[in-house]
Amino acid sequence: MRDAILRFAEHYNYVVTIFLMVAGLFIVIARGNMIKKLIGLSVFQTSVYLLYVGPSKIIGGTAPILDPAFKVYTNPLPHVLILTAIVVGVAVLSLGLALVVRIKEAYGTIEEDEIFAQETDE
Amino acid sequence: MSALESQLPILQVIVPLVGAVLVALMRGGRSAWAVALVITWTMPVISILLMRKVLATGPISYHLGGWAPPIGIEYRVDLLAAFVLVLVSVVGAALMPFARRSVASEIDGDKQVWFYTMYLLCLAGLLGITITADAFNLFVFLEISSLATYVLIALGRDRRALLAAYQYLIMGTIGATFYVIGVGLLYLVTGSLNIYDIASRLADPAMQNPRPVMAALAFIVVGISLKLALFPLHVWLPGAYAHAPSFASAFLAGTATKVAIYVLIRFAFSVFGVAISFETLPLTEVLVVLSLAAMFIASIIAVFETNLKRMLAYSSLGQVGYITLGIALANTQGLTGGIVHLLNHALMKTALFMALGAIAYRLGSVKLDAIAGIGRRMPWTMAVFVLGGMALVGVPGTAGFVSKWYLAIGAVEKGWWPLVFAILISSLIAVVYVGRVVEVAWFREPSPAVEKCTDPPLSMLIPMLVLTAATIYFGIDTEASAGMALKAAETLLGGLK
Repeated sequence: MRDAILRFAEHYNYVVTIFLMVAGLFIVIARGNMIKKLIGLSVFQTSVYLLYVGPSKIIGGTAPILDPAFKVYTNPLPHVLILTAIVVGVAVLSLGLALVVRIKEAYGTIEEDEIFAQETDE
Repeated sequence: MSALESQLPILQVIVPLVGAVLVALMRGGRSAWAVALVITWTMPVISILLMRKVLATGPISYHLGGWAPPIGIEYRVDLLAAFVLVLVSVVGAALMPFARRSVASEIDGDKQVWFYTMYLLCLAGLLGITITADAFNLFVFLEISSLATYVLIALGRDRRALLAAYQYLIMGTIGATFYVIGVGLLYLVTGSLNIYDIASRLADPAMQNPRPVMAALAFIVVGISLKLALFPLHVWLPGAYAHAPSFASAFLAGTATKVAIYVLIRFAFSVFGVAISFETLPLTEVLVVLSLAAMFIASIIAVFETNLKRMLAYSSLGQVGYITLGIALANTQGLTGGIVHLLNHALMKTALFMALGAIAYRLGSVKLDAIAGIGRRMPWTMAVFVLGGMALVGVPGTAGFVSKWYLAIGAVEKGWWPLVFAILISSLIAVVYVGRVVEVAWFREPSPAVEKCTDPPLSMLIPMLVLTAATIYFGIDTEASAGMALKAAETLLGGLK
C-alpha cells in the first residue's frame, strides 16, 4: 500500500496529465454542443503541454545560464516547443470558433443533433 | 548558381510561404491567381532539381541557420522525400490553369484572394512535412497545412461545407495532438527530435524497447491514420471532399492524404524500423485488416453513392487501403506497390476530380441522375473520367495496374495468396461504380440542361488531359515511377543508412 502511494506521489504530474487528456477527449466525443466540443479539444491539447513541460522541470535546477555557481540546469527546449504548440492551439481554437459562428448563421443552431436533423429533412 | 543550389531545400518551403503573403496583398482574384500560378510553377522546378541531385549524389542534408543536427533543425531529402516532393509540386502546379475558371465560378470575388492564399499555405505545409527531418517541425507544418485545408473546405458554396470543415477540424486536431503525444514520448525516451537521431538512439541495443516507445508508435500511427483517412478513422473525408470547392477537392485528393501516408512510411520504417513496427508490435496484422476493410467497405459504399464527388471520395478511401496494404506487407515488392500507388492514385484521382469540376462548371451539379447523357455533350471531359476510372480499376496499360501488380507480387512473396484474390475482387467493385457512371453518361438521353453543355475551355481541359496522359504513360513505362519506388523501398527496408 505504501509503495502504491509513493509511486502515485512520484508520478502525480503524469496522473494529472492523463486525467486531463482523457477528460478532454471524452468531452469532444460525448458532447453535441459545438462550443463544448471545442472546449474539450482545448483541454485535450493543453494536457499535452503538461506532458512536455512536466518532466523537463528538475527540482533545484536553474535556467541554463553558464555560471560556476550553478550545477543543475532545467532543459529549456520543451518550453520552447510548447510555446509553438500553444500558438498552434490558439489558431485551431480561433478557426474552430469562427466556423461555429458561421454554422450558427447558416443553421440557426450549434447543437449537432439538431443540425443533422435539418440535413436529413432536405 | 551553386550558392542558390545549396539553398534549394529551404526554397521549396519558403517560396510558397512568402508567396502566400504576396497573394494576400493582391486585389481581385485574377492578379491573385497570376501570382499563385508563378509561385506554384516554380515548385516542380525546385523539386525536380532536388530529385536530380539526390539521384546523382545521394541524400541531401540541409542545416537550417547553419546549426548542425541534432541541435538544429535539419531538412533532409532522400529518394522517397524527393519522390513525394515531385508528386505534390507537380499536382499543385498542374492544377493551377484549371483553377482560374473553376474558382471564379464557385467562390465569390472578394474571397478568391484568400482562397489562393490558403492554397499556397497548404502547399507550403505539405512540402514542409515531406522535407523536414525534425519531428516537431513536422507537427508545425502538419498544422499549417491542416488549418489551410479547413479554410479551403469551408469556402465551399453549400452550407454543409462549414459542417464538413468543422468535423475535419475536430478530427484533424485530435490526430495532430495524438502525433504530438507520440513525439513527446519519444523525446522523453531518446532526448532528441531529429528523426534520424531518434532512429539511431532507438537502434541502440541498450534501449531494450521500453514501453513508452511502444506507446509512442501507437499514438503516432493512430494520429497519422486519422490524417490519411485509414478506415475506420475516415469519417471526415467524404463530407470534406464532397462539399469543398471542386479545385480544393482535386488538390486534397491528390496530395493531402498522400503526404500523411508518407509520414506513416517514414515513422514505421525510418524511425522505429521494421523490428519494432512489424515484429515487436503487430502493425502488419492491424494494417492488413483495416486495409482490407477499406478496400471492400468503402468501395461498396461508393457503388451506392449518387453524389459523384462523394463517390470518388469513398473510392479514395478504398485506394488508400491499397497503399496501406503495401506498407503492411513490409517487403520490397509490396512497399514498392504502395509507394508507386501514391503517385498513380494522385494522378488519376486529381484528373477524375478535375473532370467533375468541369461538369460542375458547366452543369452546376455532380449528381448521378443530373449527368445523364453528358458523355455526348462533353466527350473530352468524360473521356478523362473513363480513362481515370479504368486506372482506378487497374486495367492493364494504366498506372493502376502497375501498382496492383506489385502489391499482388508482394502478397505472393509473403505467401498470402488470399490477398491476391482480395485485390482482384475489390478491383471488380471499382468496375461497378465506374461502370455505373459510364452507363448513365453515355447511354441515356440528355436532359435539356445537359443538352446545353459543352466541353470546358482549354485552360481547364489541358490540365486534365496532361494528368490522364501521365496515368497512361506510367502504366506503360514504369521506369520513372515504379523504378524509383523500388529504389526507395529498398532503401527503407535496408535499415539505417
